[in-house]
Amino acid sequence: MKNKNKIITLAGNPNVGKSTIFNFLTGMNQHTGNWSGKTVANATGKYKEFFIADIPGTYSLHSNSPEEEIARDFLCFEESEYIIVVCDATNLERNLNLVIQIAELNKKTVLCLNMLDEAKKKGIAIDINKLSELLNMPVFGVTAKKGKGIKEMIDKLPTLEFKEFKLKYSPAIEESINEIEKSLPEFIDNKRWIALRLLENNNDFIASLIKYKNYDFYSNDKLIQLMQKEKNLFGESDNISDIIAETIYEYATKVKKATTKITEKKSDKDYLLDKIFTGKYTAIPCMLIFLTIIIWLTVKGANYPSKLLSYLFENLEYYIKNFFIKINLNPLVQSFIIDGIYKVTTWVISVMLPPMAIFFPLFTILEDFGYLPRIAFNLDKCFACSKSCGKQALTMCMGIGCNAVGVTGCRIIDSKRERLIAILTNSFVPCNGRFPSIIVILTIFFSWSSKYSGLTTTLYMLIVICSGILMTFIFSYILSKTLLKGIPSSFTLELPPYRTPQPGKIIVHSLINRTFTVMWRAVTVAIPCGALIWILTNTSINGVITVNYLINLFKNFGNLIGLDGVIISSFILGIPANEIILPLAIMLYSGTNALTEIGNLESVITLLITNGWTIKTALCYIAFTLFHWPCSTTLLTVYKETKSIKWMLYSFIIPTFIGISICFLLNLLL
Amino acid sequence: MVSLNTINPGEKCKIISISAYPALKRRLKDLGFVKNATVTCLYKSFSGDPTAYRIKGSVIALRNADAKKIIVNTPEGKDYEE
Repeated sequence: MKNKNKIITLAGNPNVGKSTIFNFLTGMNQHTGNWSGKTVANATGKYKEFFIADIPGTYSLHSNSPEEEIARDFLCFEESEYIIVVCDATNLERNLNLVIQIAELNKKTVLCLNMLDEAKKKGIAIDINKLSELLNMPVFGVTAKKGKGIKEMIDKLPTLEFKEFKLKYSPAIEESINEIEKSLPEFIDNKRWIALRLLENNNDFIASLIKYKNYDFYSNDKLIQLMQKEKNLFGESDNISDIIAETIYEYATKVKKATTKITEKKSDKDYLLDKIFTGKYTAIPCMLIFLTIIIWLTVKGANYPSKLLSYLFENLEYYIKNFFIKINLNPLVQSFIIDGIYKVTTWVISVMLPPMAIFFPLFTILEDFGYLPRIAFNLDKCFACSKSCGKQALTMCMGIGCNAVGVTGCRIIDSKRERLIAILTNSFVPCNGRFPSIIVILTIFFSWSSKYSGLTTTLYMLIVICSGILMTFIFSYILSKTLLKGIPSSFTLELPPYRTPQPGKIIVHSLINRTFTVMWRAVTVAIPCGALIWILTNTSINGVITVNYLINLFKNFGNLIGLDGVIISSFILGIPANEIILPLAIMLYSGTNALTEIGNLESVITLLITNGWTIKTALCYIAFTLFHWPCSTTLLTVYKETKSIKWMLYSFIIPTFIGISICFLLNLLL
Repeated sequence: MVSLNTINPGEKCKIISISAYPALKRRLKDLGFVKNATVTCLYKSFSGDPTAYRIKGSVIALRNADAKKIIVNTPEGKDYEE
């Protein structure tokens, strides 16, 4: 990172509004989530002359997961000019643990008390001056959601005075700190903090210390002797870190008591909502209702804009054609642009964009409301039974958005074994690139003639998603019995307070974001794929159209699993993005009868039926869409996250194997 | 002295000791489960596991197998009415 002295680092517990502050300052649309670990990597942006770094939320500087390690190393060892620790004013006590740990680093640290409005509503009053005095650092109160107080805080940073913070430990520990400090070489700064870490004797942390401080602490004999002495004095090394943690919490409790006044009775809103959303008889129905409503609105709502878009594109096609004729463009080039590039691209936009643009805001509203961690809470038992972690429910939710994001999100899972299970099974939930094509096939084959077609499609879609979830459980179990043997490790999950989402803002943001994403995908993936398919269908080798070689190659295999050569070829050519598989198949089909207006469902149904599609083909197509190799982006992400070709291959083979087996059985039995 | 998993929803208690393996112990410590901290059992998941606890002002869910490793004093009484 350039310009180290101008970096402002935003730190804090998960879910305290760091990303909201970051977005407000930098104008970047990093999505903010109401569940822990949404920011899984560092994000940087610019505000005035400062670089703002948003790091993953962390509970302490003792890391337990890869995302927390990123946060810890950044805070402890990167040279940022200022650190802003963001705190949730409604939950000061636990937050103070991290504040005190960071204060001990003795860098230029500021406390940013967020969600003051929420605290006020809950009858919590915090004495900011007193807080500043007890922590020996500047404190600012802000309301990030409304953007109140943030810019003022940043603008004031250069004028502030920073004092030293020193928490007093028990006399025995203080004495040890002193001795260790003395045996450290001259050039090492912040000796007290390093002495404390050495006392804790956490191997991971010491390894990081050695790396960043460029000094091998283990080579210092005096130090080793001292550490051994302390070990004997305090018993196990764990013991001393317990005492240190307890001292910090004791101080946190003291600070909280001295600064916080609760004037009204605590609101039981969260408790009551949790009684409903996690209750014995209401938890599962609530989950299904939420899912049904979201899918129904997506299916129903996508119809009209889809029709409108495809109508617009058809008209536009007419004008483009006329224009080409006018300028006397070569007919072959005309066909290349219109039949190749234009049709695939407009399909992706008109059929894929509306469902995504509706699904995402709805999902985000649930997320901002704070419901998603409750899903993890409800389903953890099932995950525990399949020997994996309940947080996998969260990564699956992210996977519905995009499997690549879901795979990255697996960093929130502490245990490596469970993280791998979550990564390998992530593509079992249909991502939003597969969503619309499943909806299209469901609509035209299963609920076209139904009076309540929207509702029937919704229910079928629900079944499709639930089979994906069921398969996740089954395969998580199989994986933990075979490739990734082991017992479930611990599971700790914070259930954050429910928060009122801001639908207006979310819908606008999400709409703009989605539109750009889809347009970008259309440009980067659909255009080249459309061009490639056109070339494959319009050139021939030895008198046979090129693509037919591919289709014939997979014909028998396709027939064996209830599909055909065209579908398999489309799945293979569609590796860059799942969105284009159906339009590719349609293009390949229409290559032989060149009649279809792409984007119009009535013509799609005729085309598919004339090409031999039956209900069975549709079922197999849906099953194969749900279970096949992940898109290339996801595969690359798996490689990045696991740093292993082996696991990337497994993430390719496992869903493909399941898909082929299911389709084979469907074909055999139906 | 009992372990945390035996505490019923609505009951409040104080932590006496934690005897988990290092990684879990560290994680619990980060979340506020330290000696002398007050824990309130809020509610169980519909399947009975995990359980949500109030600790240091926030709500944390723990599996019963993990809660077993936290030793607390016998509850003082109900904080919430069921």
